[in-house]
Amino acid sequence: MATTAKIEVQNGNLLQSVQAFLHMLMDDGGVAGLLTPLHMGPGVVMPALVTEPERLKQADPLAPAFPLNAARIAAKLTRGGSPGGTLAAVLRPCEMRAFTELVKLNQGNLEDLAIVSLDCLGAYTNADYRTFAAGREPREASNQWAGQLLAGRSPDPADLPLAKACRACEHPVATGADITLGLIGMRGAGHLLVKAHTPRGEALLAKLRLPDTADPTARKDALAELVAGRTAFRDEMFEKTRAATASMPQLADYLAACVGCYNCRAACPVCYCRECVFLTDVFDHKPWQYLGWAKGKSALRMPTDTVLFHLTRLAHMSLSCVGCGQCSNACPNDVPVMELFRTVAARTQEAFAYEPGRSPDEPIPLSVFQAKEFAEITGGRD
Amino acid sequence: MPATEHTQPAPDQSAAVAAMPDFEPTIVAFVCNWCTYTAADLAGTARMVQSPNVRLVRMMCTGMVDPKYVLKALLSGADAVLVSGCHPGDCHYINGNYKARRRIKLLKEILTGFGVDERRLKLTWVGASEGNEFAETVNHMVAEVRELGPSDARTMMAI
Ligand code: SF4
Ligand code: SF4
Ligand code: FES
Repeated sequence: MATTAKIEVQNGNLLQSVQAFLHMLMDDGGVAGLLTPLHMGPGVVMPALVTEPERLKQADPLAPAFPLNAARIAAKLTRGGSPGGTLAAVLRPCEMRAFTELVKLNQGNLEDLAIVSLDCLGAYTNADYRTFAAGREPREASNQWAGQLLAGRSPDPADLPLAKACRACEHPVATGADITLGLIGMRGAGHLLVKAHTPRGEALLAKLRLPDTADPTARKDALAELVAGRTAFRDEMFEKTRAATASMPQLADYLAACVGCYNCRAACPVCYCRECVFLTDVFDHKPWQYLGWAKGKSALRMPTDTVLFHLTRLAHMSLSCVGCGQCSNACPNDVPVMELFRTVAARTQEAFAYEPGRSPDEPIPLSVFQAKEFAEITGGRD
Repeated sequence: MPATEHTQPAPDQSAAVAAMPDFEPTIVAFVCNWCTYTAADLAGTARMVQSPNVRLVRMMCTGMVDPKYVLKALLSGADAVLVSGCHPGDCHYINGNYKARRRIKLLKEILTGFGVDERRLKLTWVGASEGNEFAETVNHMVAEVRELGPSDARTMMAI
């Protein structure tokens, strides 16, 4: 059985082919429950656990909507017992990477879930997706959008930009997924590329009896070009963010609009603590403490502890930040949270030679240690 | 009110404050109960030269020093933070100090990115009998931070 197969695309209808593939997974692959993004109503796409293949008509993994990172949902589906049937999930690459991080934290497991991932073309912010979808047949809109984008044209008449996190993302293909569906660089081929990457993926694919094909070189080139463009955007974003936060007072200015609602924390797939310290009474200070601080500073910005909140979150999870951008998507005050977290994460991840989601076997740096290391931290003495 | 009573420096004058000879740094030190705390006590009773600039916070182990303690101290006006515990192999909870070393490494990466001088965060190993060593560490750090001047965060309105 080949690891690379194809699924035909008729009349340029990509979504139809993707849906057909998901249908086969359920009918022939024996998948009892399939988690996939699905149209819920005008302008709203949410993940749904589908058990009746008929429902897949509403499924739309191509939609440029990303209301939440589904890693937490994948974790919920695989934690604390067997699901009692074969489960599969369609995840974006950043959802797959975040899920891998949660698995390392024992909050989910990879054994009970087959992961299918499409080449990720990116998505709009929640607000922009509503604008994009307004008054259009949503599946038709997704199809057109993906088609235009893959043809290298501006995908939207209103020329809305994709979410910054997506424009800065250098991981359009999921690592670690059981099966990937290739869209990029497949123009003119008349089919999508279906690839199995794991024994489980191979076994599933074998059941679907799809015709074999080869991985076209055009795809490799197209992916390289896409990644290069996104990397350049990312590096420019790093530059700008570093310049804007080069001192602590500048960082405070950067975060000036933060009201401490913690939406960014709730939206973050890798903010893993079951009970966040910021939701406890640890930061309920006494009245005299506030006045004391205010006197020391001549004026105290309220609410307090917002800079502390972001710095603490950076210390807790920046090593696992996958750059999905849900923090920025969730912020009611347009604080550029993702830019800050990705910029700092690039630094901390490099310091520990760590890449979140790269492999489930790679421990999160703060969960392990060595007797002799980082001697520079203690003045050369270990 | 006469103008001379306005002694609070404006935020942009911190460099001028740094140059002032009478700047006294505040250092918050999170020290392990089993070793450095005892050493600090020894240094105190033996009347070794000890700077009054240090506020000791006794912890059961350096492994208990959560990053948010360090961050809160720095944001609330400490000019520097010292974390000090048992030598490698001597931790009473076996490996708390090794975990602390990774956390301090991480914090240094984060804070230096925001322009905080590396020398404002220090991790040292000081055993229970090393009163001398403790006094030296502290005096050295005070001198260093006096040189660096007050922390930027002191004059920030936000915590
Ligand atoms: S910090 Fe933001 S970009 Fe990073 S993983 Fe969390 S939500 Fe995604
Ligand atoms: S950055 Fe935005 S989402 Fe996060 S706590 Fe502040 S206001 Fe809320
Ligand atoms: S007991 Fe002293 S550092 Fe752990």
